Amino acid sequence: MNKIEMALLEKVSGLHKIPVGAVNIRKNGEAVKRTSTSEIEIVPKKDGSGIDVFVKPNVKGKSVHIPVLITIGGIDEVVYNDFYIGENADITIIAGCGIHNSSCNSSTHNGIHTFHLAKNSRVKYYESHVGEGEDSGGKILNPTTKIYQDDGSQMDMQTIQIGGVTSTVRKTYASLKNKAKLIVTEKLLTTDFQTADTDFKINLIGAGSSAQIVSRSVAKNYSTQQFKSTLIGKNQCFGHVECDGILLDEARIVSVPKIDAADCNASLIHEAAIGKIAGEELIKLMTLGLTRQQAEEAIIQGFLMGDN
Amino acid sequence: MLKLENISYIVEEDGLNKTILDNVSLTFEDGKTYVITGPNGSGKSTLVKLIMGIETPTSGNITLNGVSLDNLEINQRANLGISYAFQQPVKFKGLKVRDLLDWASGKKNDFATLCHYLSMVGLCARDYIDRALDDKLSGGELKRIELAMALCRNAKVNIFDEPEAGIDLWSFENLTNIFKNLKNCINIIVSHQKKILQIADEVILIKQGKVEKTGKYKQIAPLIESNQCNKLRGEHE
Ligand SMILES: Nc1ncnc2c1ncn2[C@@H]1O[C@H](COP(=O)(O)OP(=O)(O)OP(=O)(O)O)[C@@H](O)[C@H]1O
Ligand SMILES: [Mg+2]
Repeated sequence: MNKIEMALLEKVSGLHKIPVGAVNIRKNGEAVKRTSTSEIEIVPKKDGSGIDVFVKPNVKGKSVHIPVLITIGGIDEVVYNDFYIGENADITIIAGCGIHNSSCNSSTHNGIHTFHLAKNSRVKYYESHVGEGEDSGGKILNPTTKIYQDDGSQMDMQTIQIGGVTSTVRKTYASLKNKAKLIVTEKLLTTDFQTADTDFKINLIGAGSSAQIVSRSVAKNYSTQQFKSTLIGKNQCFGHVECDGILLDEARIVSVPKIDAADCNASLIHEAAIGKIAGEELIKLMTLGLTRQQAEEAIIQGFLMGDN
Repeated sequence: MLKLENISYIVEEDGLNKTILDNVSLTFEDGKTYVITGPNGSGKSTLVKLIMGIETPTSGNITLNGVSLDNLEINQRANLGISYAFQQPVKFKGLKVRDLLDWASGKKNDFATLCHYLSMVGLCARDYIDRALDDKLSGGELKRIELAMALCRNAKVNIFDEPEAGIDLWSFENLTNIFKNLKNCINIIVSHQKKILQIADEVILIKQGKVEKTGKYKQIAPLIESNQCNKLRGEHE
């Protein structure tokens, strides 16, 4: 891999080199590296549309890296990656897509990731999206995540997209059985004329299931974001959606919450707060000697990168 | 020397002018501690906000060692050596105590230094530096961190707006000691507390936006007490 590709790989997956263990690296529409292990098997789909990843039951502390790199314009792909996580397994999956497009043709990656979590399994899923490259070619990333959680399983998903992506439609669908737990943290930054649409649909089917969705976003310049969420509680369950947005310049954020309690023991909460950076936060940092601009940057940095 | 000359602050409310500070002139000398006191809503916080540049006076001038502050932004005043601890500490989302102390002191601090600043306000650094300065901290913890941020600036002019608010009685002695140990600078403390008023070189009594009297605590004390009586009587009428 060349320099640009390595830098992009690091940005989307935090990797400095090609990792050991289960890996699938896709570059400009084709797999450039694929390694299975005795515990985690990566199998290409017969029609070439993606991969199936099988994690054996009880596998613990292992990771799977599946970064996607696009370094040219004119790519438009749909990739299906399916994950089958065995009972009691506990693993980390690091996905992410980086587009470095310095051409005037757009490149688009539609990544459809489906997770099947068997009983009592746990997954930590990190997904990061990066767009870069000077020219007018669009950097378009449309991730769809489908999550099917069996009894007692837990999914912790952290998804981050900090700038550079021209347009994105991010869909997350989840269905949770008894005592399953889902935690999603989304961090988004849009600038210029970028658009980001987020759509969550969470079905809490099982007794004692719970979902916690936190979206933190910053919209700058003329960018627009739309946050939609539907939380359906069909049992004794707990669901919490929090959409917290900072607006700058002429940007716009629309939040459309829907909570549907179809069982009298469902407890569902939606919180949304969108607004400018709080004046008192700016003032406080300025009293410490930071300029208005430095203060603004510090607040946004903390908001997006800090712990919740 | 910090000098306020003929400072007035007038706001418009429902189409009417409301005078919040009325022609206030004050001189603060180096090495002295001033405590501003007076009834709620009398204009104390507004007065110190004008010094920091958080609000802009309608008329009048402020100078620090002969340099006019009138056209300076908050951060420029901060860099000239003014520090300010808020009456109500500001909370953030995601910024850590360590980050704020680093910005406040203008450098990356090692653990020992952070420990020094936080222990001044009775906090153990290990428990706090990596915590976010958000509403998961208690009111008193936030207030102590607010004070630590102001103290670590080693400023020429230290402004504390009601530093005692939310601090437990047990720690009160320590708090007054902090102020006693701030030497060679100008300390301006807004307070209602007798123990803090007593450490002042000069107490400034503000009433309805005007300086009613300045002097030693002993001279001001009778006025404060009679003020309170007036207030009580007023409430009964
Ligand atoms: N921008 C403003 N618009 C309208 N009224 C204001 C404004 N700023 C301050 N005031 C009013 O000015 C008065 C003085 O406020 P200030 O906060 O300075 O009081 P204070 O003396 O600090 O009171 P406390 O002891 O309660 O802290 C109050 O009546 C307040 O409501
Ligand atoms: Mg006040």
